[in-house]
Order: sequence, then C-alpha cells, then structure tokens
Amino acid sequence: MKLNRRNLIFTAALAASVQFGGIGFAFAQDALNNVSYDPTRELYREYSEHFAKVWKEKTGRTVEVSNSHGGSGAQVRSVIEGLPADVVTFPLEGDVLAIEQAGLIEPGWQNEFPAESSPYTSTIVFLVRAGNPKQIKDWDDLIRDDVQVITPNPKTSGGARWNYLAAWAYELERTGGDQEKAKEFVASIYRNVPVLDTGARGSTNTFVQNKVGDVLIAWENEALLSLKEFGTGEYEIVVPSVSILAEVKVAIVDKNVEAKGTREIAQAFLEELYSDESQKIFARNFYRPLYPEKVDSEDLKAFPEVKLIKIGDVFGGWAKAQPEHFGDGGIFDQIYSKD
Amino acid sequence: MRFRQPSIIPGFGLTFSFTIFYLSLIVIIPIVGLFIKTFELEWSDFKRIVTGARFLAALKLSFGASLLAALFNVVVGVVIAWVLVRYRFFARRLLDAIIDLPFALPTAVAGIALTSLYVPEGWFGKLLTPLGVTVAYTPLGIWIALVFIGLPFVVRAVQPVLEDLSVDVEEAAATLGASRRTTIARVVLPAMLPAILTGFSMAFARAVGEYGSVIFIAGNIPRKTEILPLLIVFRLEEREYAAAAAIAAVMLTVSFVILLAINLIQAWSNRRFGNV
Repeated sequence: MKLNRRNLIFTAALAASVQFGGIGFAFAQDALNNVSYDPTRELYREYSEHFAKVWKEKTGRTVEVSNSHGGSGAQVRSVIEGLPADVVTFPLEGDVLAIEQAGLIEPGWQNEFPAESSPYTSTIVFLVRAGNPKQIKDWDDLIRDDVQVITPNPKTSGGARWNYLAAWAYELERTGGDQEKAKEFVASIYRNVPVLDTGARGSTNTFVQNKVGDVLIAWENEALLSLKEFGTGEYEIVVPSVSILAEVKVAIVDKNVEAKGTREIAQAFLEELYSDESQKIFARNFYRPLYPEKVDSEDLKAFPEVKLIKIGDVFGGWAKAQPEHFGDGGIFDQIYSKD
Repeated sequence: MRFRQPSIIPGFGLTFSFTIFYLSLIVIIPIVGLFIKTFELEWSDFKRIVTGARFLAALKLSFGASLLAALFNVVVGVVIAWVLVRYRFFARRLLDAIIDLPFALPTAVAGIALTSLYVPEGWFGKLLTPLGVTVAYTPLGIWIALVFIGLPFVVRAVQPVLEDLSVDVEEAAATLGASRRTTIARVVLPAMLPAILTGFSMAFARAVGEYGSVIFIAGNIPRKTEILPLLIVFRLEEREYAAAAAIAAVMLTVSFVILLAINLIQAWSNRRFGNV
C-alpha cells in the first residue's frame, strides 16, 4: 500500500512537472529537455533545481528543465522517432549507441565528458524479505529449486540487462571464463523466474507489493530507495560477492541542439553533473558518485565494498554485448527456446 | 447485378462517399500500411518469424485463451442479460450500470487490480492456493483478465434483443403445448442467436488484441505465458518495425478469418430462423 502511495506521488509529481513545465515555458528564458530512464525521477528532479540555480548565477537567465522518464527501450525509441531531446541520460551505453546509429548523435560522444561520459554509476544487488528466510547469500543461491527470483525482461528493461550480465560475470569469474557454463547458469536463474515484468519498477512492485518471489535482483539505488520507503523491518539488502559496474551514459543529442540552438545550455547541463555539489546529489539519491572524495562520508556508507566487473573487460562493450545477448535470436532468446 | 439497388431515399452519393473516405482514413489506410511494412521483409525472414516455436506458442495462447474467454462470456453474459431484462428487483439499474465498468476502467488498472487479488498473498489467491490452484502468472490468469474485459460486449449485444422479444411469444409457445425447455431451445435461443454471435465476436476480437490488463497478470514467460501483442512490443523495442508488422499482420489475418466465419454463421442463422 505504501508503494501505491509512492507511485501516486510520482504520478502527481510527473503530472505537475508536465503542467508547470508548460507554464514555465512562458516565463523561463531557456528550456531544456532531458530524456532519461525509469528510476531517476527523484534524482533529476533534485538535480534540475540545482542546475537552474547554477545557470542563473552564471548567465543571469532562468531555465526550465523538463525531465522525461520511462523504460529506457521505449525512451530510446521516442528520441529516434522525434522527441526533441536536448540531452539523454541513459542507463547503458547501448541505448545511446542506438541513437547514434539513427544519426542523431555524432560518433565520439563518449569522449565529450569525463570518465567516458559516466558522471555516476550504480550496481546490481539483491533485495530479500526480512530475516532472509531462504538464506540467499550470493548468485549461486538463485539457481536453487526452492528460490523464486524476480527480475524484469532484458528485452524491454535496461536494468534487467545489467542483472543478466552481472549473473553471467559471476559464473565466468567462478569457472575461470567458461562461457558455456555461464550460459547454463543464467538459464537456470531464469527457470526460477515466475514473472518477467517489462520494467524495473514493475518488478519492484511484483516483489514488494504482490509479495511474489524470494529475491528481487535490483538496481542498488532502487533497492536502497525501497528500504528507505519501508524501513528495514520488511526487507534486507544482500550484496553478492561479485557484481557489475553499471555505467550510465550521458550525451548531447547533436541534431536536436543544432536545430534548436541549445548546444550551450545542453553542454552546461551535462558538465555540471561533474561538480562537487552534483556528486553529493547523486550520493544522496543512492547512486555511486564518480568522485567519492567530494561527498560527505556519511552518504557513502550506503555503498558497500563489492567487486565490480566492467562490461568492457568481460563482454567487449555494449556494441558487442547488445546483439550477442539481447538481440533477436541472441543468447537470451536461446535460453527460452529450449527446455 | 447492379452496383446499387434502387432506393427511394436520396443522398446515396454523398453518404456513400463519406463512408468510403472515412473508412479509408481510419481503418483501411493504417491496415494497408501494416501489410506494406510487412513486405519489407525477405520471405525467409517472414517464414522464420511466423514458424518459430515461440511465435506459435504465443499464437495458440492468445487465440485459445480469447476463444475460451469469449465462450465463457457467452454463457454468463446471456444469463446476466436475461436477469436484467426479465426480472424487476431492487438496484437493477445499479447492477445494469456496473456491467459497463470493464469498458470504462483503464485496462492497466484492471490488470493491476486482478493481479493483486489473485497472487498467492491476495484475497482470492489465499483461498485458491490451498486448493492447488495458481491463477496469477499462469494462462488461467490471462483467461480471467480476458473474461473481465469481454463481459460487457455479450451482455450489451444480447440485452436489446431480449427486450424486444415479447413475453407473448413465450406464452404463445406455451399455449401451443411447448414445454419450458422447448420454448427456450426452439423459440428464445434462435431469436437471440445473431445477437449472441455478435457479442461473442466482439468479445473475442477485443480479447485477442488486449494488452494492458493481461500484461500484469500474465507471467510473460516465453512459450508459457507470453501473448502475441507482447511479442509485437518486443519487436518495437528492438526497432524491428517490419518484424512487428509481420506478427500484427498474421494476427489480423487469423482474426479476420475467424470473424468472417462467424459472420457467415450469422448470415446462415438469419436465413434459417428469420432476421430478428
């Protein structure tokens, strides 16, 4: 029920931001469209307020930032089909690459901002019910017959792709690089999945609200937010021995900013993500900051030490991993084409 | 045979042109576009898409569950229509209005509500789980969602016909010596048959295309609880528009054949029992 209220607040906030965004256009001197993914609603609401202040100090002008959120697959499609995004802030490189392939973003965008255009990162953890009744400690517990696993469909959810790759990376690490074993391992996890929701929030609802499943594979930020909402009495976070470094990516949509003449502000919006104050905003919203030394140590306590695998090291980057694992007829499809 | 039978009512040219123009705009052009998009595929790709085990499983599930849901709605819908038309009781109007709720409710809301009722921890789920019945995330759950959204179609199609069917007819049958059972089977049901078929085909067609409510209660597990519209959404997410169009085109064709068959049965029943 609590989550219901949370969703209601999200929806209301979204409706309000759309409405006030519309009115804001009349008053603000500058406007910027940021197209983002599903769980970043709270993050970019806070960041946009911060950026508006910075922009005012720097140029004396007011700015109205409109943030759009949804499953990243659908968001990418909207941008390609003409949603006038000035900047995109997506959960994985493959999403930005798709827009690059459509000709809207110039190649080389990864080098336009520090750390390959990743101002913050996150990772994948487990959320289990209070007391951890099934004693779930690590990835290999997820293939046990008595464990039901909740994760969204990697075809439609960016977060779900990280879940899948994290499991794969764990088994590779354990077996010393056996790809066949890793495939079998990931397939065994999906055999324990009773429902594949289309997005990360949908899976959170299935686990938290409908009380289905023993473990939710989730974004660290989403798991920490659930804990904050419910207190620690109902759920616990379990950190696996190995997980994946989920590198989010930001980019200017070149074709749109040229047409609208908004390159300067788009550039400023993404550059500001790397400032000390912004890094603190990330940490407060449970995203791992790029520069932890700039953040209050109190806010860093939420992030446990965990061995994080980089997608470039194990999977050869998104340009390779996306078609190989999640494309039509890829490994994820193969998992479900045999019993 | 002439293009148009003579009529004493003027205005055929104007209204006919408007009909064709409007249908083109709203129905024919989008559907033709869908088929044209499908032709962007190589024949071998098309064949691979529509013969894959996963596609065939989804096809069977979507059409199978829709047929079963529509059949169930025919039985229940006729009974409800009968009660609403033939009896006068307290709060009849209220009950009558409730029938339309599945029309009005956003399908996602219906899906979420049904899911939270039928999960093992939900109100109904708690009662069903000890009996060994799992509804949420199984084909049974899909069927329940489709029953929910299809019910008003049958009730609303049958109701006006029942209202027009005067009680005199039944009384006449009785005075001519027909038993109650014979009256229902030989007098009432034949008169209602065309309306029942209409309600059935509307409920069926709506169920085949339904996405919003089903997606929450279906587990969406490939080859087990994955419906055809979801496969189309996956293809759209992959930006494989031609492949998405191909699945939609096959769906439309199958639906069209089934609906055409129902129409033919209806035409036959009109000839057989007279137009009601």
